[in-house]
Amino acid sequence: MTTETMFGRALKRREDPRLITGRGQYVDDIQIPGVQRIFFLRSPYAHAMITSIDTSAAEAHPGVMKVYTGKDLPAVPVPCGVNLPDSNQKTPPYFMIATDRVRHTGEIVAAVVASDIGTARDAAEKIVVEYDPLPVVVDAEKSVMDGAPQLYDGIDNNITFDWKLGGGDIDAAFAGAEVVIKQRLVNQRLIPNAMEPRAVAGRYDSATGDLTLWDTDQNPHIIRLLICMLTGIAENKLRVIAPDVGGGFGSKIFLYAEQLLVTTITKDLATPVKWVETRSENFQATTHGRDHVSYVEMAFMKSGKLCGLKVKTYANMGAFMTAFAPLVPTFLYGTLLSGVYDLPALRVETIGVLTNTMAVDAYRGAGRPEASYLLERVMDIAADELNIDPAEIRRMNFIKGEFPHMAVTGMNYDSGDYEGNLDKALAQFGYADWRAKQAEAKAKGRYLGIGLSCYIEACGIAPSKMVGMMGGGVGLWESGTIRVHPTGKVTAYTGAHSHGQGHETTFAQLISDTLGVPYDNVEIVHGDTNQVQFGMGTYGSRSLAVGGTALLKSAQKLVEKGKKIAAHLLEANAADIEYKDGSFSVKGSPDRSKAFGEVVLMAYLAHNYPADLEPGFEEQTFFDPTNFTFPEGTYMAIVEVDPETGTVTPLNFYCMDDCGNVLNPLIAEGQVHGGVAQGIGQALYENAVYDENGQLISGSMMDYAVPKITQLPSYTTEFAPVPSPSNPMGVKGIGEAGTIGSTAAIANAVMDALSSMNIRHIDLPLTSQNVWNAIQAAK
Amino acid sequence: MTTITVTVNGKSYTRDVEPRTLLVHFLRENLSLTGTHVGCDTSQCGACVVHMDGVSVKSCTTLAVQADGASVTTIEGLANGTELHALQEGFWEKHGLQCGYCTPGMIMSAADLLKNNPNPTDDEIRHGLEGNLCRCTGYENIVRAVRYAAEKMNTVNAD
Ligand code: FES
Ligand code: FES
Repeated sequence: MTTETMFGRALKRREDPRLITGRGQYVDDIQIPGVQRIFFLRSPYAHAMITSIDTSAAEAHPGVMKVYTGKDLPAVPVPCGVNLPDSNQKTPPYFMIATDRVRHTGEIVAAVVASDIGTARDAAEKIVVEYDPLPVVVDAEKSVMDGAPQLYDGIDNNITFDWKLGGGDIDAAFAGAEVVIKQRLVNQRLIPNAMEPRAVAGRYDSATGDLTLWDTDQNPHIIRLLICMLTGIAENKLRVIAPDVGGGFGSKIFLYAEQLLVTTITKDLATPVKWVETRSENFQATTHGRDHVSYVEMAFMKSGKLCGLKVKTYANMGAFMTAFAPLVPTFLYGTLLSGVYDLPALRVETIGVLTNTMAVDAYRGAGRPEASYLLERVMDIAADELNIDPAEIRRMNFIKGEFPHMAVTGMNYDSGDYEGNLDKALAQFGYADWRAKQAEAKAKGRYLGIGLSCYIEACGIAPSKMVGMMGGGVGLWESGTIRVHPTGKVTAYTGAHSHGQGHETTFAQLISDTLGVPYDNVEIVHGDTNQVQFGMGTYGSRSLAVGGTALLKSAQKLVEKGKKIAAHLLEANAADIEYKDGSFSVKGSPDRSKAFGEVVLMAYLAHNYPADLEPGFEEQTFFDPTNFTFPEGTYMAIVEVDPETGTVTPLNFYCMDDCGNVLNPLIAEGQVHGGVAQGIGQALYENAVYDENGQLISGSMMDYAVPKITQLPSYTTEFAPVPSPSNPMGVKGIGEAGTIGSTAAIANAVMDALSSMNIRHIDLPLTSQNVWNAIQAAK
Repeated sequence: MTTITVTVNGKSYTRDVEPRTLLVHFLRENLSLTGTHVGCDTSQCGACVVHMDGVSVKSCTTLAVQADGASVTTIEGLANGTELHALQEGFWEKHGLQCGYCTPGMIMSAADLLKNNPNPTDDEIRHGLEGNLCRCTGYENIVRAVRYAAEKMNTVNAD
């Protein structure tokens, strides 16, 4: 039997048949007999005291089973899992249901359980809540000012942490510099908008005490662990299933109030219950992303050589902090601020600020898009001011030479070829031709812009020891178990979770190669705490680099075990056995061999078997990486700006990604497309806006511009792999690259188009209104 | 309660519904046809698109009572037995889906598009799917998937 190598093949996905025929099983699709529906009544005020809640009319409403308010329920906190070292972090207390005070619109004040959702909603309308409004602050810079409304006692000036990172001699760097570029940059708030809103269903069996939770999340084991720690339910009595999940982009990592409430309520009523988020609720009550205001000073020599970078960032954290929140604008941001450049000195300070808005946490890229945008935007401003071609100023400053390379941030870049990547991109994507076309167009009165962005990110998150040093409350290893059944069929259990990434396909490819079994014989199980050993889940472009490596190592262990069994059967030394194409044979005498199936069967029969070997054919690995991986790449955007209307049309988008070795190019390319779309969305369209009363103005898909198919260009994607030494497959990760690199490329292209108009910078998003205003102001 | 009779994927169903019941909830909750999804509450996303009497409609913006007497096709009824519709095949071949949540609505909208324009340009494909949001794919492979289906359907028709 010969098995074809699966690594590198653009296999179409085995997930798809169920999803294209309407047979996916998302949480709301799961049929639970007798399930009652929950409607959460949410605060319409951004900041108010609750003076009274009268639920009597709602309780009397026909079809209502029970109405809960904060006083009926234990005070269970919504947890933040990070305590940043040396940052004076003060984590605000926030509970699953408000009792006396609300701090953002959408905070839950009551829960109605009824036979159907219409009834629950009707009854909720009969709940009378009296509020005493308090002053509101939504803007981070205003929130830290003396006299601003205070959200929590004991958190002065609403500052939840003040984090600093430095490297090199920053004062000397600036003293020796010839030019300092100063810029205030806004990285606007975004709303992730996974197409499937969140949903949670719970079923409690009072006879056994077993509780099952179906949950839209990216990491069911962490959700289970947190619920158990907070509610006292035993971990062996709670099963969390994250079935088909309709996208996450970070927003489905965290434990929210709703999962805690569904758990508590289903147990209290001993009745199955379900909550399905509406899109309006999703806007208000699912975590947001980004929201930075940064003051940047970047020092250069006139030649374009970089001397140093100072950044002070106000990070709007919202009204409370969910699981990863403090990590995002600090360790996932500051540590990437030197990018692909040989930066001699850096000083960064991030002030985490509480405001009367929804909590901000990881959204695709999480900190790294903010870093990449800041650095790549300011590089272009510098290029413009120093009169250097944007490609050349980058080339001049790239890290060159040997890897690993210790950056000034303390990050140890594993591998890369930054100059080679840029050169490839410029040549293959026709940078010079585009410059010529731009000049031609200009002569005809058309404004084309070309924008470059050279990104780096830290993926394969993360070495547990480093997570500990950063104040994270978890280890970020991953597990992988491979069970080979007596017939030779394989079930593999991964702690990673797929919500669009296609692990059922890619992980099977990986195992097929290493174990030498046909791809079709391998099934992947994920997303169920009762089936999978333990797992940290999927985010931070970690699934293949960390989760895939765990599976790979388990497969390698099985091959080693198989060699011992084969050696016994062939009366040879295990060291003399080689394994190839599903056959164990004695080196040099291929006729003395045992097929994979025979060896596996003997592992279960154990009749004729090595005395010192356990029966069975199953192995488990908990893989903890020793370093991050560092994907990098060059993106080039071509846009046209209409000077009359300010409308930006993205014409082309080119990607040259180094994500290490590519396991499935079809899927990797899809990840780049989707990531780029979200990055362009930030550059041109999306903006989460609260008014000064804390009302979310962009609270629906009518007002918040999730990009449409007509608003995005076609993409050209190429891969330029430099294998990572951080894992045996040499992979790096590709889930977030597109988002991290693309925003600056588009913004730089727009400013390039406007370069003759004396416009230095326009803050995001570059909507026609914002661009038009800038054009008018520059006249 | 109002009694309605609706043919869904070729099968006739008579049910009592509240007048305010939306077609999407009728399909999902009364008939347990959960392939049709709900992605928004403002009629923007298109996750809920089905065909009613051969025309694509957003089932979140259609009342179940409006479907009384009509013939509805959902994603579950698009394939011919085990033989996938050319669009389903195209989405699979071209990696036109990731999480799959938008996919049923996207495919139903694309089917309507191809019925009216069997040979669309890329621009026409994009224009025809403007009412469907996808957060995962960046749309590129959706365009490729629809192009694949159009070519396939045209070849089959030419045979
Ligand atoms: S559910 Fe969004 S348009 Fe129908
Ligand atoms: S595939 Fe996830 S929203 Fe389209």
